[in-house]
Amino acid sequence: MSNKKDPTKRPEGGVTRRGFLGSVGAGAVVAATGVARPGEAIPEITSPEEMVQVALLINGRIHRLLVEPRWTLLFVLRERLAITGTKAGCERGECGSCTVLIDGRPRYSCMTLAVEAEGTEITTVEGLLDGEELGTVQNAFVEKDAFQCGYCTPGQIMAAEGLLRANPSPSFDEIRCGMSGNLCRCGAYPHIVNAVTAAAESKKGGR
Amino acid sequence: MDQESPYWIDGSVPETPGTGEYPDPWKKTEIIGTRVPRVDAYERVSGTAVYPHDVSLPEMLHGAILRCPHAHATVLKIETSKAEKMPGVRAVLTGNSPGADMPWYPRRGTFYGRLFDTNCRYEGEEVAVVAAETPLQAFDALRAIEVEYEVLPFVIDDEAALEPSAPAVHEGGNVVGEPRVRERGDVETGFAEADVVVERTYRTKCEIHAPMEPHGSVARWEGNKLTIWDTTQGVFSVQEAVARAMGLPLANVRVIGHYMGGGFGSKLEVGKYTVYAALMAKMTGRPVKIFLPREDCFLATGNRPGNTMTVKIGAKNDGTLTAIDYRSLGSSGAYAYGADSSTLAAYLYTCPNLRTEDTTVYINAGKARPMRAPGFPQGAWALEQAMDELAQKLGADPVELRLKNIAGVFQTDGGIPFTSNQLAECLRKGAMEFGWSEMRARDKTGGHLRRGVGVAACFWGYAGGPPSTVIVKLYSDGSVNLNMGASDIGTGTKTWAAMIVAEELGVAVNAIQIEYADTATTQYATSSGGSKTVPSDSPAVRAAAYAVKVQLMRMAAEQLKVDVSDLEFRDLTISSRSDEEKKVAVTALEKLDRQGVVIGTGYRDPNPEDMVTFPFGAQFCEVEVNTRTGEVRLLRFLGAHDSGRVLNRLTYDNQVFGGIVMGVGLGMTEERVLDPQTGKMVNANFHDYMIPTMKDVAIEHTCVPIDIPDNEFNTTGTKGLGEPATIPTAAAIANAVCDAIGIRVTDTPLNPIQLARLIAEQQKEA
Repeated sequence: MSNKKDPTKRPEGGVTRRGFLGSVGAGAVVAATGVARPGEAIPEITSPEEMVQVALLINGRIHRLLVEPRWTLLFVLRERLAITGTKAGCERGECGSCTVLIDGRPRYSCMTLAVEAEGTEITTVEGLLDGEELGTVQNAFVEKDAFQCGYCTPGQIMAAEGLLRANPSPSFDEIRCGMSGNLCRCGAYPHIVNAVTAAAESKKGGR
Repeated sequence: MDQESPYWIDGSVPETPGTGEYPDPWKKTEIIGTRVPRVDAYERVSGTAVYPHDVSLPEMLHGAILRCPHAHATVLKIETSKAEKMPGVRAVLTGNSPGADMPWYPRRGTFYGRLFDTNCRYEGEEVAVVAAETPLQAFDALRAIEVEYEVLPFVIDDEAALEPSAPAVHEGGNVVGEPRVRERGDVETGFAEADVVVERTYRTKCEIHAPMEPHGSVARWEGNKLTIWDTTQGVFSVQEAVARAMGLPLANVRVIGHYMGGGFGSKLEVGKYTVYAALMAKMTGRPVKIFLPREDCFLATGNRPGNTMTVKIGAKNDGTLTAIDYRSLGSSGAYAYGADSSTLAAYLYTCPNLRTEDTTVYINAGKARPMRAPGFPQGAWALEQAMDELAQKLGADPVELRLKNIAGVFQTDGGIPFTSNQLAECLRKGAMEFGWSEMRARDKTGGHLRRGVGVAACFWGYAGGPPSTVIVKLYSDGSVNLNMGASDIGTGTKTWAAMIVAEELGVAVNAIQIEYADTATTQYATSSGGSKTVPSDSPAVRAAAYAVKVQLMRMAAEQLKVDVSDLEFRDLTISSRSDEEKKVAVTALEKLDRQGVVIGTGYRDPNPEDMVTFPFGAQFCEVEVNTRTGEVRLLRFLGAHDSGRVLNRLTYDNQVFGGIVMGVGLGMTEERVLDPQTGKMVNANFHDYMIPTMKDVAIEHTCVPIDIPDNEFNTTGTKGLGEPATIPTAAAIANAVCDAIGIRVTDTPLNPIQLARLIAEQQKEA
């Protein structure tokens, strides 16, 4: 991996869970499983000299740090910057727990390399707060009880935020489609629909 | 009593003393029963809640686990020298490492394996562990460990495991224990008396819990004291298991489990990862964090076993049941677990003649663990479809057939009374709100989109009880601390606990600060599982608040110079009933000001003797089947549950809907697929193992609580809800599909692949 960073083009549009497999390389799967197979080559490990300097704009603040090119945005947020509101659920682009906004659109931060996120505007669940005050979508999730264990919730909230920025008055079916890339094993979906609907109303009301 | 020792209790359970002073049932409530947003909602939606997966400590290392890639193999040799030299690697742990050779798993005083077993009985059995500076370095190092395996023959099919020639998962054959047989009356006589008999074999597929937070722990030593942050349903059970496995005093093991991202039963048991983290933290002198990759969670953190169930029911023409014969086969996976499914069939309906037989076999796959109402959704899939078929044969309404046969008593030991059984109300009120009769009477002809409605009923076989100890502290400024050991696994435990204290003391819900789920700072509670946290712990919370109130009343009587019996307590003010002038705010009590705090200790009172308690429920659904594609749209779902008194209507609704959503997974989308050629799981990810998304669940959900307090059972009148909410769901869907197109789907998942085939067969026959 070269030290020079090429301006990488990001694909347009959001990512859906079930449509994603085609773009996950086999190498990524093997690396995640950690199963040793006889005769398999051990990968070259990035040495500190090969680390890349990036400047990431997260929730309105610039963070400058050295990253390995293979580090995901999720890893950098959680393990390097201790911004842990963004959760790790599968780390392979299937569950949506790690959803953040990149330039206002919901993206899986586990499927986004930190080096590709440079030059974009990244918003995490913490970035929806105004000081200590909750944002509109966050308030709607509280009032409608749109979660149980709360682990997928930051991702759900970011997906809802992104949906409402793109479509301020989503229909029921548009909410179901817009939120279908975020899994909730507690099954709070009925209340999540209520919360997204309520948040859309509140946002129209001026907040 | 035909109740096993409760599965959520791991090891010994201390008894709690009774106080002798229990409050009377609530007559009227102001906060209880209303819709109150969660007290920890801010933390959960703002990202400030620290889950165990978020814990990061100074100098912390990251661990990763190497697992056997074969369904069955013997480890001949492990070579770790290359891995040890990899960048960032600080320790490698195998069964040969000092202190790592220990028996496992410490459940109820018995061990079923070893921490590292050279005989790997399933794909995912642990072989070695690495601790490194970063998670990626740890995973890199795993790939440098060279393991020589002798690959062995395996068995992954329940029925094949019973064959004498099947590979033995353990010495002594593949049947786990003895088949469990239950007999009442005489089934042969019962079937001879029957006018109508139905018999069919049903199958459910193996389901994975798949909570959104992966399994894992962080371990840190300070001298000989071990602190563990664990994503668990019960901190005290982890404390006991870790202490027992590692030979440590209980007092030296502190387990903290504040927030946790879902468990559904898979986090009732301690994981090997917790002990690995503790061992490696000891080896390196640094904290160690081990969280499992998602694939490992699919392979090695439990499952709801699949069951094959043959059920035969006989009835008179008037619908009276005369006999039930129920046989079930399920798998425990590679280590012992009871895959029984017959309890629902044995007790839901009155039937004088019954025989049930449950057989569990070992197979070369991940070990089963309790999963949300273990055995019951499987049993409902069989029993409640059989009841539906029986209604068809009798020409009876499925709701009426169930109403006719509701069990009046728990049919064992000659019949034990229930403290409450509102199943009839669940069925009647549910049917009314759903518009059941109108839907049944509709015109059933139509094009390729066919609608149908279905119903299924249930009870859940555990109720909770002692022990539970809770402490409430009220400070001189009127603010309150609540201290309880139970975990809040997403069910809203903290919120209803605060609501109970607020109800008793008249303080605001948000004036109560809660300390919970920490073995060092909170009182003992059993794990949060089995739908028993509310009925076990809520009476203790109420007793603790009541104990505070009693002390405050005595202080007020002294200060106002009136008799305690003349005083009433309302909104933190104590006043005389006979003299309006005489009243005092709690914050103005002189003795409280001097004393600083009032401490109330509450214990869970014992359950009533010679009675049993179960929650009951009924669910209704409407489907639209596309007969061209086999697709099923869930239009409506309604859950009518008898869980005693409703504490928080907001989280109650959420719990009912969540149970239904999980039931949709069992019924329509989920199935662990093992490759017959290799024995390996081929869908160990969320792409191929499909838990329901928002698009898979019903368009409309309705919750109809049968909000009748069970005051015979405990002082809050509550019963459990989490498990019953998922028991009848899958069966109700299958019954609705049968109503729509006349096809009885006997196997889960009821997906378009299966249904399109069944529709094609139906059309061929016609």
